[in-house]
Amino acid sequence: MTLDTARIRVDFPILRRLVNGRPLVYLDNAATTQKPQCVIDALVRYYTTMNANVHRGIHTLAVEATEAYEGVREKVARFIGADGYGQVVFTRNATEALNLVARSWGEANLREGDEVVLTIMEHHSNIVPWQLVARRTGARLRYVDIRDDGTLDLDQLRQLVGTRTKVISLTHASNVLGTINPIADVAELARRQGAILVVDGAQSAPHLPIDVRSLGCDFFAFSAHKMLGPTGVGVLWARPGLLETMEPFLGGGEMISVVRPDESSWADVPHKFEAGTPNIADVIAFGAAIDYLSALGMANVRAHERELTAYALDRLASLPQVRIFGPMDPDLRGGVVAFSVEDVHPHDVATIVDQFGVAIRAGHHCAQLLARRLGVPATNRASFYLYNESREVDVLVDALKEAIEVFGRGDSRAAVR
Amino acid sequence: MAIPEPQFDELYRDLILEHYRRPRNRGRLAEATVHAEGANPVCGDEVSLDLRLEDGRIAEAAFEGQGCSISQASASMLTEHVAGRTVAEARALAHAFEQMLVAGAAPARELGDLEAFQGVARFPIRVKCAMLGWKVLEEALANAADQGGES
Repeated sequence: MTLDTARIRVDFPILRRLVNGRPLVYLDNAATTQKPQCVIDALVRYYTTMNANVHRGIHTLAVEATEAYEGVREKVARFIGADGYGQVVFTRNATEALNLVARSWGEANLREGDEVVLTIMEHHSNIVPWQLVARRTGARLRYVDIRDDGTLDLDQLRQLVGTRTKVISLTHASNVLGTINPIADVAELARRQGAILVVDGAQSAPHLPIDVRSLGCDFFAFSAHKMLGPTGVGVLWARPGLLETMEPFLGGGEMISVVRPDESSWADVPHKFEAGTPNIADVIAFGAAIDYLSALGMANVRAHERELTAYALDRLASLPQVRIFGPMDPDLRGGVVAFSVEDVHPHDVATIVDQFGVAIRAGHHCAQLLARRLGVPATNRASFYLYNESREVDVLVDALKEAIEVFGRGDSRAAVR
Repeated sequence: MAIPEPQFDELYRDLILEHYRRPRNRGRLAEATVHAEGANPVCGDEVSLDLRLEDGRIAEAAFEGQGCSISQASASMLTEHVAGRTVAEARALAHAFEQMLVAGAAPARELGDLEAFQGVARFPIRVKCAMLGWKVLEEALANAADQGGES
């Protein structure tokens, strides 16, 4: 393995706990990841030594807190290859970042008859904000399908994108299929049509090296809590010049320059989009998460997860009752593996493997359009991160065998098979 | 330290698995007098229920649905247990079922083999699966009351 997981696991106190009497096997990382001690310590340190509001104090604590908070903004920019290029806005999560784009850019730029191109594999957070703006502007939503192997149908995308297309918004990596989408190709298409390209990076920024310049997108959104950071922090990166032309998303303190009875003028970007006291403590702790990831190296994180995913695909495919969704080539996907078990409903699978300490997700994974396309109301999902090991895949597979056994118990149909 | 044995045998009793595999009274009733449906939006379980009421008594019950073993087996057993009961008796049965699952009460005698669901009480996240059909039943009976003397 590329990463020394034995050493890494020491940094994550939660991985020492037992669940139902067994060591925790945490395979729900696409929902949220666990936190290393350095992130927890950064939170405590901030409240213990530095707590003050940012951007408005003259006193020492306020200056220190502001420097730490703004320092993370620069760190985030470097992490996604945007040092000095464009702007980083802190939001509550990736969902809020996507809502910000749909609302502030969409309402100013979309007209009746304009088209927003999405994909069938989007998380609800990259569908519903566009539905809301479409309802207000009369714009129309178009959806690109997947091919049978779970990859994006690029031919259909090329056909759909035309002169009416004003926005293409898609996920970099699917939270169900694991599929990694060819963003640079889509960017080329968007550029030719003069459409903006919005990328949901919630499942890619934690797992892949990100360089927003080479991706060629206009907006890139992600969440801190899916990449070792605390909950309550999201990031919206925007290409230079875009935020400056947009109206604020929320109004209040922090985002203004001068306030008069009937109108106000806005602070400069990015603060124009950060109304109210921001999530200072969690942003600062997110900085510790980025340091941790940078020290490991994102290329190494990706290599580790690719290896683990290949192993998991192989082991899961060895069970005849298991059906795997998404591409079988680990080069085309991230460390997210959705699957179903014949004759065992996903909730029953999740309950049974939980008894073995294994945490997986069961449901539609906030992607109902995709679930409908796959023809299944729900699936199971195992998702990996940098601290997971191949032996944990073995624990999952053994627990799945148990589920198959429990549901086959006393089943006469099973006996005659 | 001994590793504890997994505790799901209590949850997945044979009777429950048997009803999951071979649901009873599955389908629609041609002569239903009342219909109701419900879903758990978080997990996607669905149950719809047809009842034929005659003189304040449930003459027949049938269900359709999709979801986990607990939700579907519970609905299947519900249809067997409410058939032949008066509306008041069916309501009391639903109440007793809920008491067993939500309040952890010992199974009331009238529950009969529905006591198979007692183990679900230890899995709070699955209680709503077992309750789904019974919530739909309560809605169906409320609908019937609204329809007044028709049934």
